[in-house]
Amino acid sequence: MKHIKTLNTKMLKNTISKGGCGECQTSCQSACKTSCTVANQLCENK
Amino acid sequence: MIHKYSMNGLFIVIDVNSGAVHVVDKIVYDILDFYDKNSIDEIIEILKIKYTREEITEGYNEIKELEENQMLYTKDEYEDIIPQINKRNPVVKALCLHIAHDCNLKCRYCFASEGEYHGKRELMSFEVGKKAIDFLILASGKRKNLEVDFFGGEPLMNFDVVKEIVFYAREREKETGKNFRFTITTNGILLNDDIQNFINENMNNVVLSIDGRKEVNDKMRMRVGGQGSYDTIVPKFQKIADSRNQTDYYVRGTYTRENLDFSNDVLHLANLGFKQISVEPVVADEEQSYSLKKEDLPKLFNEYEKLAEELSRRKNTEKDFNFFHFMIDLNGGPCIAKRLIGCGSGTEYLAVTPDGALYPCHQFAGMEEFKMGTVYNGIENVKLRQKFEDCNVYSKPKCRDCWAKFYCSGGCVANSYNINGDFVTPYEIGCELQRKRVECAIMLKACENFADR
Repeated sequence: MKHIKTLNTKMLKNTISKGGCGECQTSCQSACKTSCTVANQLCENK
Repeated sequence: MIHKYSMNGLFIVIDVNSGAVHVVDKIVYDILDFYDKNSIDEIIEILKIKYTREEITEGYNEIKELEENQMLYTKDEYEDIIPQINKRNPVVKALCLHIAHDCNLKCRYCFASEGEYHGKRELMSFEVGKKAIDFLILASGKRKNLEVDFFGGEPLMNFDVVKEIVFYAREREKETGKNFRFTITTNGILLNDDIQNFINENMNNVVLSIDGRKEVNDKMRMRVGGQGSYDTIVPKFQKIADSRNQTDYYVRGTYTRENLDFSNDVLHLANLGFKQISVEPVVADEEQSYSLKKEDLPKLFNEYEKLAEELSRRKNTEKDFNFFHFMIDLNGGPCIAKRLIGCGSGTEYLAVTPDGALYPCHQFAGMEEFKMGTVYNGIENVKLRQKFEDCNVYSKPKCRDCWAKFYCSGGCVANSYNINGDFVTPYEIGCELQRKRVECAIMLKACENFADR
């Protein structure tokens, strides 16, 4: 494309099938403790 | 839903429901103001003073192609899967152990009331810690990875018990097949070589509390006698960070109304040699002089942008560092189920106070009405757990229309409760800052991406 560069083709919808196995880290256990940060968590079910 | 913004010379468009992120030129950026409401002929008419018909048509067609491929204006179809997620009967996978409700600092902004958490000064016994590990193993079902955070107060004031709990958990790992990941949060006052070695051998992560510049840190983080803590902790923190090869730790600070120029504190920590930095907004009663006010937001937004631009300049140089709130994983990252339910407080994540009581998270610890049970009897207040289970992005009216909902997952429940008195009204200043941080984080990814090309 000439006008648009796509950074990621991440399709959140495709992750529905993973069903949320829950093996990932709890958000608050990393560093925050006062503000919920989720998007920086790693998926453990790749 | 889309969200578009311009930062650091880039025009960025987020397709909220697919998670796709695009960097566009000014032509497409302008067309997007009209795309979903106007026909192409109308858009050409509106924008003809700025662009040619060919340019507008080209840009329009590219947007259309992405829309057809579900990478722009994708519909939100996730609400339907909430019952499916709730049906899986969440297990407990993380505990925050309040190993010491006592502290050797008297930080002014402490949500734990200088370590006491609305109760008396108390240390957790090994017996309670052991029961907590047993409870976690039992309550975690088939979940393999379990997390335990040693928290306080100041956990180093009760470090022998920390060690005993770690040894006990390691023993139980063998027979249960569980994998414990330990974290400890410390103010550093009591840190020494022995403790450092134990932490390095046993803890996946260590959180080191420091606010930044000496004058900023010492004004908030005071010793019991009123003197500052900076001079004592900095050399210890530098040593432990180096001993962990500058990974798997965070120096973690809190900024308040008294240091609205907090980017200088972040850069100060970076200049001290720290590579993993988290500095976060204080959440405090608005009557406190140091609490953040709405009118501070423009200044704070500017600070985040300044910080992001500085990080983009430092990328791939020896001065580069990692800022926790600008970390974002656009390609991997959590699945939609995780993004809908958020931190899991009160369900997957619980706090244990020294007397063995269970609370929905560390911020609720000691609030009697939030006591959920004990490590001896498990969860007894099932109604309360249900209230936490019912929390998700769609249960919060303000989150429904927010473009950042799949990045923050509806925000911190404790903040909502402490500021607004309920679970479903997010803390507005926190939301404003969160949105700005996500914008900065994505801008940095865009810069990285173009540098790679």
